[in-house]
Amino acid sequence: MPESPNPKSPADPAEPAQKPVTAIPTLAQAATRPKVVVSKSILERIRQTRPRSSRIPDKVFALLILLTGISVFMIVVFVAWELVDKSKLSLHQFGFSFFWGRDWDPVNDQYGALPFIYGTLVSSLLALLIAVPLSIGVAVFVTEMCPIRLRPIISFLVELLAAIPSVIYGLWGIFVLAPLVREYLGPFLAKTLGWTGLFSGPIYGIGMLAAGIIMSIMVIPIISSITREVLTAVPQSQREAVLALGATRWEMIRMGVLRNARIGIVGGVILGLGRALGETMAVTMVIGNRAEISKSLFAPGYTMASVIANEFTEATGDLYLSALVEIGLALFLVTLIVNALARLLVWSITGGRTGRANA
Amino acid sequence: MKRALRVLFCIFPLAIGVMAQTTLNGAGASFPYPIYSKWFSEYHNQHSDIQVNYQSVGSGAGIRQVQAGTVDFGASDGPMTDEQIASSKVKVLHVPTVLGAVVPAYNIPGVSGEVKFTPDVLSGIFLGKITNWNDGAIAKANPDIKFPNQNITVVHRSDGSGTSYIWTDYLSKVSSDWANTAGKSTSVKWPVGVGGKGNEGVAGMIRSLPGSVGYIELIYALQNKIPYGSVKNKSGTFVKASLESTTAAAQGVKMPADFRVSITDSPGKTAYPIASFTWLLIPTSPSDKNKGNLLKNLVLWCLDSGEGMASNLSYAPLPKEVADKAKDAVKQQVK
Repeated sequence: MPESPNPKSPADPAEPAQKPVTAIPTLAQAATRPKVVVSKSILERIRQTRPRSSRIPDKVFALLILLTGISVFMIVVFVAWELVDKSKLSLHQFGFSFFWGRDWDPVNDQYGALPFIYGTLVSSLLALLIAVPLSIGVAVFVTEMCPIRLRPIISFLVELLAAIPSVIYGLWGIFVLAPLVREYLGPFLAKTLGWTGLFSGPIYGIGMLAAGIIMSIMVIPIISSITREVLTAVPQSQREAVLALGATRWEMIRMGVLRNARIGIVGGVILGLGRALGETMAVTMVIGNRAEISKSLFAPGYTMASVIANEFTEATGDLYLSALVEIGLALFLVTLIVNALARLLVWSITGGRTGRANA
Repeated sequence: MKRALRVLFCIFPLAIGVMAQTTLNGAGASFPYPIYSKWFSEYHNQHSDIQVNYQSVGSGAGIRQVQAGTVDFGASDGPMTDEQIASSKVKVLHVPTVLGAVVPAYNIPGVSGEVKFTPDVLSGIFLGKITNWNDGAIAKANPDIKFPNQNITVVHRSDGSGTSYIWTDYLSKVSSDWANTAGKSTSVKWPVGVGGKGNEGVAGMIRSLPGSVGYIELIYALQNKIPYGSVKNKSGTFVKASLESTTAAAQGVKMPADFRVSITDSPGKTAYPIASFTWLLIPTSPSDKNKGNLLKNLVLWCLDSGEGMASNLSYAPLPKEVADKAKDAVKQQVK
C-alpha cells in the first residue's frame, strides 16, 4: 500500500514542467535523450555479446517468481473459499447473528461467536499494551545505549524467547505465572486500579490478564528484533545531525532515530499482533476457557483459536463442526480487518510517505 | 553409480518384505491409546505380517472417519448416537475393550483426608449451587473432616473429551437439573468454573488453585499419584475408584445386544459410579474382505489375550461375561 502513492510524487512536479518544454524541444532533447540512448546501447551490447539461449533461463526465472507471487494470493483465496464452503450449514442456520450471538452450547446446538471474538481481541490488545513499550525499550537500549560487548548477549536472549515452544509457555503460565497473578499482581491491581472495573471479582490467577501477559512475552522477541533491525538501519548521519543541533541523547533518540523508524516499528507491531491473534496453545492453557464476556480482566475468557483447538477433535454433529469452521472464518475476517486498520494507521501517521528506514 | 546399484539391490528385498505386510488403519479416542498401542505392537510381534496403525485423533474424529470409510476401524469413548448410526453408510459394531473411570480431585487448604462426595454434592458444586467448602451438605457427608471457609472453584476440561462425556453423563443421571441445563456431551456449556486443557491442564489448575475441585481420568490420577475422593454409588456406599471397582461397575448392568450402554451410576454394591466402556468401532461388512478377516482376528485376540495386559497399564479389564459376549458378537456379526 505504501508504494501506490510513491510513483505519483515524483511524477506530479514533472508533468507541469514538461508542458513548457514542448515549446523548445531541442533543449529538452539535449538534456534527456543522450542518457536514454547510452543506457539502451549498453543493454543492447550486453544482449549481443550473450548467446541467445541464455535469455531462456531469464524468462523461466521471471515466470517462477511470478508463480510464487501468485501462489500467496491463491492460498489466501483457497483458504477463504474453503472456510466459507465448510461453514455453509452454520451460515444458513444462524446468518450474521452468529457473529454477535453470545451463546455457545454444543448440547442444544446453539452457537454464537461473540465471546470468542471479544476474548481474542482483548487478550491480543492487552499483550500489545505490555509488549510494545517493552520491546521498543529493549531495541533502543540494544542499538543506542548498550555497551558493545553486552549487545549480542541481550539480542541472543531476546531471540531465545522466540524459540521456546508455546506449550512450555502454557505450562509455565499455569504453574508459575497464575499463582503470581493470584497472590501478588491481582490483589495489587485490584487495590490500585479496582475503581476502573477492569480489575474486580474473584482472582483465579488464570484468566484474561494471565493470557495477555503470556502472549506479551511471546510477541516481545518479534517486535523487538524487527525494531532493532529498523533502528540499526537509521543512518548514522541522522544521529550526528540531531546531536550537532544541540539535542540531548534522549532528544536524539526521539527525533533522530524513533521518528525515522516509526513505520518499521509499526510493521513489527503488526507482525506481533498477528502472532497474538493466532496464538493457541499457551493461551488455551491459561485463559480459563469460559465463553463469557466480562469486563474484568481477572475473569476467565476464551479465544477463537482456543475453541477450535479445544473442540474440533471431539466435535460430532454436522452443525457443531460447521460452527467451529465458521469460528475459523471469523478469525480470518478479524485478522484481515485488524491488519487493514493497522495499515490505515500507518498511512495516517505518515500521510502516505514511506519512511527512510522502512527496511 | 555401481555403489548406488548395490544399495538399491540391498533395499529391494526389504521393500518386498514391507509390501507383503498388511496395514490396518484405525483412528479415534485418545483415552485408550496407550493400551491400544501396546496391544497392536504385541500383536505385530506375534503376526509379523500385520501392522496396525492407530491414530489418537479423538472420539469425534474417529466416528467421522469410520463413517467416511477412510479408516479400517474407529474407536470412541462415547457410543455413537442414534442419529449418527442412522446417517452412517457404514454399519459398525461397538466392541467394548476396556473400562475407564473419572474421579473428583480437589485442593482444599488444610484438608488432607479423603473427601467423600454424594451425587447431590457433586451436582450442586458443578451447577454452582454449592459455592463454599463449609456448606452443610459437604460437612454432612464428611463428619470427620473440618472444612475451611473457602470458595469453591470448579475446574472442568476445556477440550472436548470422553472424560467430560462420562462426567456429564453421570451428572445427568443423578441430577435432573443438570440434565435440563447443561446435558451430556464431550463439551457442554458449563454453568460455572474454568477450563483446563487435557488431564494435565485440569490437574495443574487444581494444584495451583486453592479451593478448587475438578475431574480427571482414574489412570491419570493413579499414574501421577494425585489424591482423589470417593463417590457414593446407587446402593448407598461410598466407593473409591480403583481398577476393581471400575470393572465391578460393568457387572451390575444389563448388556444390550449392540453394546451401546452407559454404566454410570451402576447399581452394583461395590461399583464405582462414574465409569464407562471404551469401544472399538468395527465395520460389519468391510469392503476389503481380507482386511476384514484380519481385523476380526485382531479384535478377538484383544478381547482374549489382550485383556490380561490391561491392568498393568492401569486400565480396568472387562468382566469375563462381557468379554465373552463381545467375542460372540464379533464372530457372528462381522462378515
